[in-house]
Amino acid sequence: MAIIETKNLTYTYPGGTKPSIRDVSLTIEKGEFVILTGPSGCGKTTLCRCFNGLIPHFYSGQLKGELTVAGLKVIEHPIYEMAQRIGLVFQNPENQLFALSVEKDVAFGLENLGLPRDEMTKRVDWALQMTGIEELRQRAPHELSGGQQQRVAIACVLAMQPDIMVFDEPTSFLDPLGAQKIFEVINELNKKLGVTVILVEHRLDLASKYTDHVIILDDGKIVLNGKPKEIFNSQTARLIGVGIPKATRLWQMLQENGIKLEGVPTSSDEAARLLREVLKA
Amino acid sequence: MIEVKDVYFTYPTGVEALKGVSLNIRNGEFVAIMGQNGAGKTTLVKQFNGLLKPTKGEVLADGVSTRNVSVAQLARKVGFVFQNPDHQLFSETVEEEISFALRNFGFRETTLKRRVTWALNLLGLTEYRKTSPFMLSGGERKRVALASVLAWNPKVVILDEPTIGQDHRQKEILRQFIVQLNAQGKTVVIVTHDVEFVAECSPRVVLMAQGQIVADGDAKRILTDPDITLRASIVSPQITQMFRGLADLGLPTDVIDVSEAKKIILEYLEASSVERL
Repeated sequence: MAIIETKNLTYTYPGGTKPSIRDVSLTIEKGEFVILTGPSGCGKTTLCRCFNGLIPHFYSGQLKGELTVAGLKVIEHPIYEMAQRIGLVFQNPENQLFALSVEKDVAFGLENLGLPRDEMTKRVDWALQMTGIEELRQRAPHELSGGQQQRVAIACVLAMQPDIMVFDEPTSFLDPLGAQKIFEVINELNKKLGVTVILVEHRLDLASKYTDHVIILDDGKIVLNGKPKEIFNSQTARLIGVGIPKATRLWQMLQENGIKLEGVPTSSDEAARLLREVLKA
Repeated sequence: MIEVKDVYFTYPTGVEALKGVSLNIRNGEFVAIMGQNGAGKTTLVKQFNGLLKPTKGEVLADGVSTRNVSVAQLARKVGFVFQNPDHQLFSETVEEEISFALRNFGFRETTLKRRVTWALNLLGLTEYRKTSPFMLSGGERKRVALASVLAWNPKVVILDEPTIGQDHRQKEILRQFIVQLNAQGKTVVIVTHDVEFVAECSPRVVLMAQGQIVADGDAKRILTDPDITLRASIVSPQITQMFRGLADLGLPTDVIDVSEAKKIILEYLEASSVERL
Protein backbone atom coordinates (compact mmCIF):
# COMPACT_ATOMS: atom_id res chain seq x y z
CA MET A 1 0.00 0.00 0.00
CA ALA A 2 1.36 3.37 -0.97
CA ILE A 3 1.92 5.72 1.97
CA ILE A 4 3.38 8.58 -0.06
CA GLU A 5 2.40 9.32 -3.60
CA THR A 6 3.39 12.30 -5.71
CA LYS A 7 2.47 13.13 -9.28
CA ASN A 8 4.37 15.76 -11.27
CA LEU A 9 5.20 17.65 -8.10
CA THR A 10 6.91 20.95 -8.93
CA TYR A 11 7.79 23.67 -6.44
CA THR A 12 9.46 27.08 -6.65
CA TYR A 13 10.48 28.98 -3.49
CA PRO A 14 9.21 32.55 -3.15
CA GLY A 15 11.55 34.76 -5.16
CA GLY A 16 13.15 31.70 -6.79
CA THR A 17 13.89 31.90 -10.49
CA LYS A 18 13.54 28.18 -11.19
CA PRO A 19 11.79 25.26 -9.49
CA SER A 20 13.71 23.46 -6.72
CA ILE A 21 11.90 20.23 -7.55
CA ARG A 22 10.47 19.47 -10.97
CA ASP A 23 7.90 16.90 -12.09
CA VAL A 24 8.62 14.54 -9.21
CA SER A 25 6.44 11.44 -9.45
CA LEU A 26 7.11 8.70 -6.94
CA THR A 27 5.48 6.07 -4.76
CA ILE A 28 6.71 5.00 -1.34
CA GLU A 29 5.12 1.87 0.12
CA LYS A 30 4.13 1.52 3.77
CA GLY A 31 6.99 0.07 5.85
CA GLU A 32 9.76 0.80 3.36
CA PHE A 33 13.22 2.05 4.34
CA VAL A 34 13.98 4.61 1.63
CA ILE A 35 17.26 6.41 1.08
CA LEU A 36 16.89 9.74 -0.68
CA THR A 37 20.16 11.07 -2.01
CA GLY A 38 21.71 13.24 -4.70
CA PRO A 39 24.18 16.10 -5.07
CA SER A 40 24.06 19.04 -2.69
CA GLY A 41 21.27 21.44 -3.68
CA CYS A 42 19.42 18.78 -5.72
CA GLY A 43 16.11 19.29 -3.89
CA LYS A 44 16.18 16.53 -1.23
CA THR A 45 15.31 18.80 1.67
CA THR A 46 12.70 20.63 -0.40
CA LEU A 47 10.98 17.35 -1.23
CA CYS A 48 10.93 16.37 2.47
CA ARG A 49 9.39 19.76 3.30
CA CYS A 50 6.59 18.94 0.86
CA PHE A 51 5.98 15.56 2.50
CA ASN A 52 5.23 17.08 5.91
CA GLY A 53 3.37 20.13 4.63
CA LEU A 54 5.97 22.78 5.54
CA ILE A 55 5.57 23.39 1.83
CA PRO A 56 3.06 24.96 1.07
CA HIS A 57 1.77 25.82 4.55
CA PHE A 58 4.91 27.49 5.96
CA TYR A 59 6.94 28.28 2.83
CA SER A 60 4.71 30.06 0.33
CA GLY A 61 5.97 29.94 -3.25
CA GLN A 62 4.39 27.96 -6.03
CA LEU A 63 3.43 24.29 -5.68
CA LYS A 64 2.00 22.32 -8.59
CA GLY A 65 1.09 18.67 -9.02
CA GLU A 66 -0.41 16.11 -6.64
CA LEU A 67 0.80 14.98 -3.23
CA THR A 68 -0.83 12.45 -0.91
CA VAL A 69 0.79 11.45 2.39
CA ALA A 70 -0.74 8.82 4.69
CA GLY A 71 -4.00 9.13 2.79
CA LEU A 72 -4.18 12.91 3.18
CA LYS A 73 -3.91 15.50 0.45
CA VAL A 74 -1.18 17.65 2.01
CA ILE A 75 -2.50 20.87 0.51
CA GLU A 76 -5.79 20.49 2.38
CA HIS A 77 -4.36 19.65 5.82
CA PRO A 78 -2.48 22.03 8.15
CA ILE A 79 1.03 21.22 9.47
CA TYR A 80 -0.17 20.13 12.94
CA GLU A 81 -2.35 17.47 11.36
CA MET A 82 0.43 16.27 9.08
CA ALA A 83 2.86 16.22 12.03
CA GLN A 84 0.88 13.43 13.66
CA ARG A 85 1.47 11.25 10.62
CA ILE A 86 4.88 12.28 9.41
CA GLY A 87 7.76 13.43 11.64
CA LEU A 88 10.94 15.20 10.62
CA VAL A 89 14.31 14.81 12.37
CA PHE A 90 16.74 17.56 11.46
CA GLN A 91 20.41 17.32 10.57
CA ASN A 92 21.53 19.25 13.60
CA PRO A 93 19.69 18.34 16.83
CA GLU A 94 20.73 21.69 18.31
CA ASN A 95 18.20 23.30 15.96
CA GLN A 96 15.42 21.17 17.36
CA LEU A 97 16.00 20.78 21.12
CA PHE A 98 15.29 23.58 23.56
CA ALA A 99 13.77 22.33 26.84
CA LEU A 100 15.60 22.09 30.17
CA SER A 101 15.27 18.32 30.40
CA VAL A 102 15.14 15.50 27.90
CA GLU A 103 11.79 14.40 29.28
CA LYS A 104 10.26 17.86 28.77
CA ASP A 105 11.59 18.07 25.24
CA VAL A 106 10.06 14.72 24.34
CA ALA A 107 6.74 15.71 25.95
CA PHE A 108 6.53 19.07 24.18
CA GLY A 109 4.92 17.90 20.94
CA LEU A 110 2.43 15.81 22.92
CA GLU A 111 1.46 18.78 25.09
CA ASN A 112 0.68 20.67 21.92
CA LEU A 113 -1.62 17.89 20.82
CA GLY A 114 -3.44 18.27 24.14
CA LEU A 115 -3.10 14.61 25.11
CA PRO A 116 -4.19 13.50 28.61
CA ARG A 117 -1.35 13.36 31.15
CA ASP A 118 -1.14 9.59 31.60
CA GLU A 119 -1.13 9.03 27.83
CA MET A 120 1.68 11.56 27.58
CA THR A 121 3.75 9.83 30.28
CA LYS A 122 3.23 6.49 28.59
CA ARG A 123 4.38 7.77 25.23
CA VAL A 124 7.42 9.60 26.64
CA ASP A 125 8.53 6.41 28.48
CA TRP A 126 8.06 4.39 25.33
CA ALA A 127 9.93 6.82 23.06
CA LEU A 128 12.87 7.06 25.50
CA GLN A 129 13.01 3.29 25.74
CA MET A 130 12.89 2.76 21.97
CA THR A 131 15.79 5.15 21.43
CA GLY A 132 17.79 3.77 24.37
CA ILE A 133 18.02 6.98 26.41
CA GLU A 134 15.85 6.26 29.48
CA GLU A 135 18.77 7.06 31.79
CA LEU A 136 19.07 10.53 30.26
CA ARG A 137 15.50 11.65 30.99
CA GLN A 138 16.38 14.25 33.64
CA ARG A 139 19.48 15.55 31.87
CA ALA A 140 19.64 18.87 30.02
CA PRO A 141 19.74 18.23 26.25
CA HIS A 142 22.43 20.86 25.61
CA GLU A 143 24.83 19.04 27.96
CA LEU A 144 24.62 15.77 26.01
CA SER A 145 26.94 14.51 23.29
CA GLY A 146 25.95 14.94 19.64
CA GLY A 147 24.87 11.31 19.34
CA GLN A 148 22.78 11.47 22.51
CA GLN A 149 21.18 14.72 21.34
CA GLN A 150 20.25 13.13 18.05
CA ARG A 151 18.56 10.28 19.93
CA VAL A 152 16.59 12.82 21.95
CA ALA A 153 15.52 14.51 18.71
CA ILE A 154 14.42 11.13 17.35
CA ALA A 155 12.51 10.38 20.58
CA CYS A 156 10.69 13.73 20.32
CA VAL A 157 9.42 12.84 16.87
CA LEU A 158 8.76 9.20 17.71
CA ALA A 159 6.57 10.14 20.68
CA MET A 160 4.08 11.60 18.20
CA GLN A 161 3.74 8.05 16.85
CA PRO A 162 3.96 9.02 13.22
CA ASP A 163 3.46 6.49 10.39
CA ILE A 164 6.40 8.01 8.54
CA MET A 165 9.67 9.44 9.82
CA VAL A 166 11.95 11.59 7.69
CA PHE A 167 15.59 11.93 8.74
CA ASP A 168 17.47 14.75 7.04
CA GLU A 169 21.15 13.73 7.22
CA PRO A 170 20.75 12.77 10.88
CA THR A 171 24.34 11.63 11.37
CA SER A 172 26.42 14.22 9.62
CA PHE A 173 27.65 15.74 12.89
CA LEU A 174 28.50 12.33 14.37
CA ASP A 175 31.59 10.16 14.18
CA PRO A 176 31.25 6.86 12.29
CA LEU A 177 30.47 4.78 15.39
CA GLY A 178 27.92 7.31 16.60
CA ALA A 179 26.42 7.33 13.10
CA GLN A 180 26.19 3.56 13.02
CA LYS A 181 24.32 3.55 16.35
CA ILE A 182 21.80 6.09 15.05
CA PHE A 183 21.27 4.06 11.86
CA GLU A 184 20.61 1.03 14.05
CA VAL A 185 18.01 2.92 16.10
CA ILE A 186 16.34 4.02 12.85
CA ASN A 187 16.48 0.48 11.49
CA GLU A 188 14.77 -0.86 14.62
CA LEU A 189 11.96 1.67 14.33
CA ASN A 190 11.50 0.49 10.77
CA LYS A 191 11.76 -3.26 11.33
CA LYS A 192 10.08 -3.58 14.75
CA LEU A 193 7.46 -0.85 14.63
CA GLY A 194 6.91 -0.78 10.89
CA VAL A 195 7.55 2.97 10.68
CA THR A 196 8.13 4.02 7.08
CA VAL A 197 11.59 5.60 7.00
CA ILE A 198 12.87 8.20 4.57
CA LEU A 199 16.54 8.82 5.15
CA VAL A 200 18.26 11.69 3.39
CA GLU A 201 21.91 10.70 3.37
CA HIS A 202 25.23 11.19 1.62
CA ARG A 203 27.13 8.59 3.62
CA LEU A 204 26.01 5.57 1.65
CA ASP A 205 28.98 3.48 2.82
CA LEU A 206 27.35 3.35 6.23
CA ALA A 207 23.65 3.51 5.42
CA SER A 208 23.19 1.37 2.33
CA LYS A 209 22.84 -1.94 4.17
CA TYR A 210 19.55 -0.92 5.77
CA THR A 211 17.67 0.18 2.69
CA ASP A 212 15.46 -1.55 0.15
CA HIS A 213 14.60 1.46 -1.98
CA VAL A 214 16.88 4.24 -3.20
CA ILE A 215 15.78 7.46 -4.88
CA ILE A 216 18.33 9.78 -6.45
CA LEU A 217 17.52 13.38 -7.30
CA ASP A 218 19.61 15.65 -9.46
CA ASP A 219 18.78 19.26 -10.23
CA GLY A 220 15.26 18.85 -8.81
CA LYS A 221 14.36 15.79 -10.85
CA ILE A 222 14.28 12.07 -10.09
CA VAL A 223 17.08 10.42 -12.06
CA LEU A 224 17.09 6.97 -10.45
CA ASN A 225 14.47 5.16 -8.40
CA GLY A 226 14.67 1.47 -7.48
CA LYS A 227 16.57 -1.31 -5.69
CA PRO A 228 19.88 -0.28 -4.08
CA LYS A 229 22.06 -2.77 -5.96
CA GLU A 230 20.78 -1.66 -9.36
CA ILE A 231 21.08 1.99 -8.47
CA PHE A 232 24.56 1.89 -6.99
CA ASN A 233 25.83 -0.16 -9.90
CA SER A 234 24.45 2.19 -12.54
CA GLN A 235 26.83 4.54 -14.33
CA THR A 236 24.36 7.39 -13.90
CA ALA A 237 24.77 7.37 -10.11
CA ARG A 238 28.51 7.74 -10.41
CA LEU A 239 28.38 10.32 -13.17
CA ILE A 240 26.08 12.69 -11.31
CA GLY A 241 28.45 12.43 -8.37
CA VAL A 242 26.59 10.23 -5.89
CA GLY A 243 29.06 8.65 -3.46
CA ILE A 244 28.36 5.00 -4.12
CA PRO A 245 29.80 2.59 -1.51
CA LYS A 246 33.51 1.87 -2.05
CA ALA A 247 32.81 -1.87 -2.22
CA THR A 248 30.45 -1.28 -5.15
CA ARG A 249 32.96 1.02 -6.82
CA LEU A 250 35.71 -1.62 -6.56
CA TRP A 251 33.34 -4.13 -8.15
CA GLN A 252 32.73 -1.79 -11.08
CA MET A 253 36.44 -1.18 -11.54
CA LEU A 254 37.17 -4.91 -11.59
CA GLN A 255 34.43 -5.43 -14.17
CA GLU A 256 35.88 -2.67 -16.32
CA ASN A 257 39.09 -4.72 -16.27
CA GLY A 258 37.30 -7.73 -17.71
CA ILE A 259 36.83 -9.70 -14.49
CA LYS A 260 33.55 -11.62 -14.58
CA LEU A 261 31.63 -11.04 -11.38
CA GLU A 262 28.32 -12.13 -9.88
CA GLY A 263 26.08 -9.94 -7.71
CA VAL A 264 26.74 -6.39 -6.57
CA PRO A 265 28.17 -5.80 -3.08
CA THR A 266 27.20 -2.71 -1.10
CA SER A 267 29.01 -3.56 2.16
CA SER A 268 32.51 -4.77 3.07
CA ASP A 269 31.26 -8.16 4.34
CA GLU A 270 29.36 -8.80 1.15
CA ALA A 271 32.33 -7.71 -0.98
CA ALA A 272 34.68 -10.02 0.95
CA ARG A 273 32.28 -12.93 0.49
CA LEU A 274 31.78 -12.37 -3.25
CA LEU A 275 35.44 -11.69 -3.85
CA ARG A 276 36.45 -14.87 -2.03
CA GLU A 277 34.51 -16.90 -4.60
CA VAL A 278 36.28 -15.13 -7.46
CA LEU A 279 39.74 -15.45 -5.94
CA LYS A 280 39.35 -19.13 -5.11
CA ALA A 281 37.89 -20.10 -8.50
CA MET B 1 54.64 26.23 11.64
CA ILE B 2 52.55 25.11 14.61
CA GLU B 3 54.24 23.88 17.78
CA VAL B 4 52.14 22.52 20.60
CA LYS B 5 54.18 21.96 23.77
CA ASP B 6 52.65 19.79 26.49
CA VAL B 7 49.33 21.60 26.40
CA TYR B 8 46.56 21.10 28.94
CA PHE B 9 43.23 22.78 28.55
CA THR B 10 40.27 22.90 30.92
CA TYR B 11 37.00 24.60 29.96
CA PRO B 12 35.41 26.96 32.52
CA THR B 13 32.80 24.22 33.11
CA GLY B 14 35.61 22.05 34.50
CA VAL B 15 35.80 19.70 31.52
CA GLU B 16 39.42 18.74 30.92
CA ALA B 17 39.56 18.63 27.11
CA LEU B 18 43.32 18.38 26.53
CA LYS B 19 45.64 16.42 28.79
CA GLY B 20 49.26 16.92 27.84
CA VAL B 21 49.27 17.26 24.05
CA SER B 22 52.51 17.82 22.13
CA LEU B 23 52.53 18.15 18.38
CA ASN B 24 54.65 19.71 15.65
CA ILE B 25 53.15 20.64 12.31
CA ARG B 26 55.76 21.65 9.76
CA ASN B 27 55.31 24.32 7.11
CA GLY B 28 53.52 22.86 4.09
CA GLU B 29 52.23 19.73 5.81
CA PHE B 30 48.77 18.25 5.34
CA VAL B 31 47.43 16.85 8.59
CA ALA B 32 44.11 15.23 9.48
CA ILE B 33 43.16 15.29 13.14
CA MET B 34 40.82 12.40 13.80
CA GLY B 35 39.03 10.80 16.72
CA GLN B 36 35.60 10.32 18.25
CA ASN B 37 33.24 13.16 19.11
CA GLY B 38 34.52 14.69 22.33
CA ALA B 39 38.10 13.46 21.87
CA GLY B 40 39.43 17.05 21.93
CA LYS B 41 40.03 17.60 18.21
CA THR B 42 38.30 20.97 17.90
CA THR B 43 39.69 22.15 21.25
CA LEU B 44 43.18 21.38 19.95
CA VAL B 45 42.89 23.25 16.67
CA LYS B 46 41.31 26.25 18.38
CA GLN B 47 44.66 26.57 20.20
CA PHE B 48 46.43 27.02 16.85
CA ASN B 49 44.96 30.45 16.15
CA GLY B 50 44.56 31.54 19.76
CA LEU B 51 40.77 31.18 19.93
CA LEU B 52 41.57 29.17 23.06
CA LYS B 53 44.74 29.61 25.09
CA PRO B 54 46.37 26.73 26.96
CA THR B 55 45.61 26.31 30.67
CA LYS B 56 49.13 24.90 30.91
CA GLY B 57 51.86 24.57 28.29
CA GLU B 58 52.44 26.67 25.19
CA VAL B 59 51.45 26.94 21.55
CA LEU B 60 53.63 28.66 18.94
CA ALA B 61 52.07 29.68 15.62
CA ASP B 62 54.74 30.59 13.06
CA GLY B 63 57.18 31.05 15.93
CA VAL B 64 54.96 33.33 18.02
CA SER B 65 53.38 32.25 21.31
CA THR B 66 49.60 32.51 21.06
CA ARG B 67 49.58 34.08 24.53
CA ASN B 68 51.33 37.19 23.24
CA VAL B 69 49.18 38.15 20.26
CA SER B 70 45.50 38.77 19.56
CA VAL B 71 43.28 36.38 17.63
CA ALA B 72 42.93 39.07 14.95
CA GLN B 73 46.71 39.14 14.40
CA LEU B 74 46.94 35.36 14.34
CA ALA B 75 43.97 35.06 11.97
CA ARG B 76 45.95 36.72 9.18
CA LYS B 77 48.30 33.71 9.28
CA VAL B 78 46.05 30.97 10.55
CA GLY B 79 42.61 30.87 8.92
CA PHE B 80 39.89 28.89 10.63
CA VAL B 81 36.81 27.50 8.89
CA PHE B 82 34.18 26.51 11.42
CA GLN B 83 32.27 23.26 11.47
CA ASN B 84 28.89 24.95 11.46
CA PRO B 85 28.88 27.70 8.80
CA ASP B 86 26.02 29.42 10.61
CA HIS B 87 28.48 30.33 13.38
CA GLN B 88 30.47 32.26 10.82
CA LEU B 89 28.11 33.73 8.21
CA PHE B 90 26.13 36.90 8.76
CA SER B 91 26.22 39.15 5.67
CA GLU B 92 23.37 39.84 3.27
CA THR B 93 25.09 38.54 0.19
CA VAL B 94 27.75 35.94 -0.47
CA GLU B 95 29.94 38.62 -2.00
CA GLU B 96 29.78 40.82 1.12
CA GLU B 97 30.47 37.83 3.30
CA ILE B 98 33.71 37.10 1.48
CA SER B 99 34.68 40.79 1.36
CA PHE B 100 34.21 41.33 5.09
CA ALA B 101 37.50 39.99 6.45
CA LEU B 102 39.45 41.39 3.48
CA ARG B 103 38.13 44.84 4.27
CA ASN B 104 39.08 44.40 7.95
CA PHE B 105 42.59 43.39 6.96
CA GLY B 106 42.80 46.59 4.93
CA PHE B 107 43.02 45.22 1.39
CA ARG B 108 42.57 47.82 -1.35
CA GLU B 109 39.18 47.74 -3.16
CA THR B 110 40.65 46.54 -6.48
CA THR B 111 42.61 43.73 -4.82
CA LEU B 112 39.57 42.90 -2.75
CA LYS B 113 37.33 42.60 -5.83
CA ARG B 114 39.85 40.38 -7.57
CA ARG B 115 40.23 38.13 -4.56
CA VAL B 116 36.48 37.79 -4.06
CA THR B 117 35.98 36.83 -7.70
CA TRP B 118 38.85 34.35 -7.42
CA ALA B 119 37.42 32.74 -4.27
CA LEU B 120 33.86 32.56 -5.68
CA ASN B 121 35.15 30.92 -8.81
CA LEU B 122 37.38 28.51 -6.91
CA LEU B 123 34.49 27.13 -4.89
CA GLY B 124 31.86 27.19 -7.64
CA LEU B 125 29.85 29.99 -6.03
CA THR B 126 29.93 32.59 -8.79
CA GLU B 127 26.22 32.25 -9.57
CA TYR B 128 25.42 33.02 -5.90
CA ARG B 129 27.45 36.25 -5.73
CA LYS B 130 24.36 38.35 -4.96
CA THR B 131 22.43 35.69 -3.05
CA SER B 132 21.91 35.72 0.71
CA PRO B 133 24.02 32.97 2.34
CA PHE B 134 20.92 31.94 4.28
CA MET B 135 19.07 31.06 1.07
CA LEU B 136 21.73 28.47 0.25
CA SER B 137 21.82 24.79 1.18
CA GLY B 138 23.97 23.57 4.08
CA GLY B 139 26.70 22.32 1.75
CA GLU B 140 26.76 25.58 -0.18
CA ARG B 141 26.94 27.67 3.02
CA LYS B 142 29.93 25.61 4.02
CA ARG B 143 31.67 26.53 0.80
CA VAL B 144 30.92 30.22 1.39
CA ALA B 145 32.60 29.96 4.79
CA LEU B 146 35.62 28.32 3.20
CA ALA B 147 35.78 30.91 0.40
CA SER B 148 35.69 33.76 2.92
CA VAL B 149 38.79 32.41 4.71
CA LEU B 150 40.77 31.42 1.62
CA ALA B 151 40.21 34.87 0.15
CA TRP B 152 42.79 36.45 2.50
CA ASN B 153 45.34 33.75 1.73
CA PRO B 154 46.45 32.65 5.22
CA LYS B 155 49.57 30.47 5.55
CA VAL B 156 47.74 27.83 7.54
CA VAL B 157 44.17 26.79 6.81
CA ILE B 158 42.26 24.88 9.46
CA LEU B 159 39.09 23.18 8.32
CA ASP B 160 36.83 21.84 11.05
CA GLU B 161 34.80 18.95 9.58
CA PRO B 162 34.94 20.22 5.99
CA THR B 163 33.06 17.28 4.47
CA ILE B 164 29.90 17.53 6.58
CA GLY B 165 26.87 18.14 4.37
CA GLN B 166 29.00 17.88 1.21
CA ASP B 167 27.99 15.44 -1.48
CA HIS B 168 30.44 13.12 -3.15
CA ARG B 169 31.25 15.45 -6.02
CA GLN B 170 31.84 18.39 -3.69
CA LYS B 171 34.07 16.18 -1.55
CA GLU B 172 36.09 15.26 -4.62
CA ILE B 173 36.40 18.94 -5.53
CA LEU B 174 37.38 19.69 -1.93
CA ARG B 175 39.97 16.92 -1.99
CA GLN B 176 41.59 18.16 -5.20
CA PHE B 177 41.40 21.62 -3.83
CA ILE B 178 43.17 20.75 -0.57
CA VAL B 179 45.83 18.81 -2.47
CA GLN B 180 46.33 21.85 -4.69
CA LEU B 181 46.52 24.30 -1.76
CA ASN B 182 48.97 21.98 -0.10
CA ALA B 183 51.08 21.65 -3.27
CA GLN B 184 51.30 25.45 -3.37
CA GLY B 185 52.95 25.29 0.03
CA LYS B 186 50.03 26.00 2.31
CA THR B 187 49.80 24.14 5.59
CA VAL B 188 46.42 22.42 5.76
CA VAL B 189 44.90 20.97 8.92
CA ILE B 190 41.56 19.22 8.76
CA VAL B 191 39.54 17.97 11.69
CA THR B 192 37.37 15.10 10.55
CA HIS B 193 35.85 11.74 11.29
CA ASP B 194 35.23 11.03 7.63
CA VAL B 195 37.53 8.00 7.23
CA GLU B 196 36.68 7.49 3.56
CA PHE B 197 37.70 11.07 2.82
CA VAL B 198 40.98 10.63 4.71
CA ALA B 199 41.57 7.33 2.87
CA GLU B 200 41.31 9.21 -0.42
CA CYS B 201 43.54 12.12 0.64
CA SER B 202 46.19 10.12 2.51
CA PRO B 203 47.48 12.89 4.80
CA ARG B 204 49.45 12.55 8.03
CA VAL B 205 46.91 11.40 10.62
CA VAL B 206 46.94 12.52 14.24
CA LEU B 207 44.51 10.38 16.17
CA MET B 208 43.04 11.63 19.45
CA ALA B 209 41.12 9.95 22.25
CA GLN B 210 40.10 11.43 25.58
CA GLY B 211 42.14 14.58 25.28
CA GLN B 212 45.37 12.90 24.24
CA ILE B 213 47.14 11.93 21.03
CA VAL B 214 47.07 8.14 20.76
CA ALA B 215 48.68 7.73 17.33
CA ASP B 216 50.47 9.87 14.76
CA GLY B 217 51.64 8.71 11.34
CA ASP B 218 50.64 8.23 7.72
CA ALA B 219 46.98 7.52 6.97
CA LYS B 220 47.57 4.04 5.70
CA ARG B 221 49.33 2.85 8.83
CA ILE B 222 46.88 4.43 11.28
CA LEU B 223 43.60 3.55 9.54
CA THR B 224 44.48 -0.10 8.96
CA ASP B 225 45.78 -0.86 12.45
CA PRO B 226 42.93 -2.69 14.25
CA ASP B 227 44.27 -1.95 17.77
CA ILE B 228 44.69 1.77 17.14
CA THR B 229 41.30 2.21 15.44
CA LEU B 230 39.58 0.31 18.23
CA ARG B 231 41.28 2.39 20.92
CA ALA B 232 40.17 5.64 19.30
CA SER B 233 36.71 4.23 18.41
CA ILE B 234 37.00 4.93 14.72
CA VAL B 235 35.80 2.67 11.93
CA SER B 236 38.30 1.57 9.26
CA PRO B 237 37.53 2.37 5.59
CA GLN B 238 35.20 -0.08 3.83
CA ILE B 239 38.05 -1.34 1.62
CA THR B 240 40.22 -2.06 4.68
CA GLN B 241 37.41 -3.99 6.33
CA MET B 242 36.93 -6.02 3.16
CA PHE B 243 40.61 -6.96 3.02
CA ARG B 244 40.51 -7.94 6.70
CA GLY B 245 37.84 -10.46 5.75
CA LEU B 246 40.17 -11.95 3.12
CA ALA B 247 43.40 -12.03 5.15
CA ASP B 248 43.51 -15.85 5.17
CA LEU B 249 43.96 -15.84 1.36
CA GLY B 250 47.33 -14.16 1.80
CA LEU B 251 46.16 -10.71 0.68
CA PRO B 252 47.58 -7.62 2.41
CA THR B 253 45.49 -6.01 5.16
CA ASP B 254 46.87 -2.49 4.96
CA VAL B 255 44.84 -1.22 2.00
CA ILE B 256 42.70 1.95 2.21
CA ASP B 257 42.31 3.04 -1.38
CA VAL B 258 40.04 1.59 -4.11
CA SER B 259 42.57 1.89 -6.94
CA GLU B 260 45.20 0.11 -4.87
CA ALA B 261 42.63 -2.57 -4.02
CA LYS B 262 41.89 -3.12 -7.70
CA LYS B 263 45.58 -3.47 -8.50
CA ILE B 264 46.15 -6.02 -5.73
CA ILE B 265 43.19 -8.16 -6.79
CA LEU B 266 44.13 -8.12 -10.46
CA GLU B 267 47.69 -9.13 -9.58
CA TYR B 268 46.42 -11.91 -7.33
CA LEU B 269 44.19 -13.27 -10.11
CA GLU B 270 47.01 -13.08 -12.64
CA ALA B 271 49.42 -14.87 -10.31
CA SER B 272 46.95 -17.65 -9.60
CA SER B 273 46.19 -18.18 -13.31
CA VAL B 274 49.94 -18.38 -14.05
CA GLU B 275 50.26 -20.91 -11.26
CA ARG B 276 47.53 -23.04 -12.78
CA LEU B 277 49.30 -23.11 -16.15
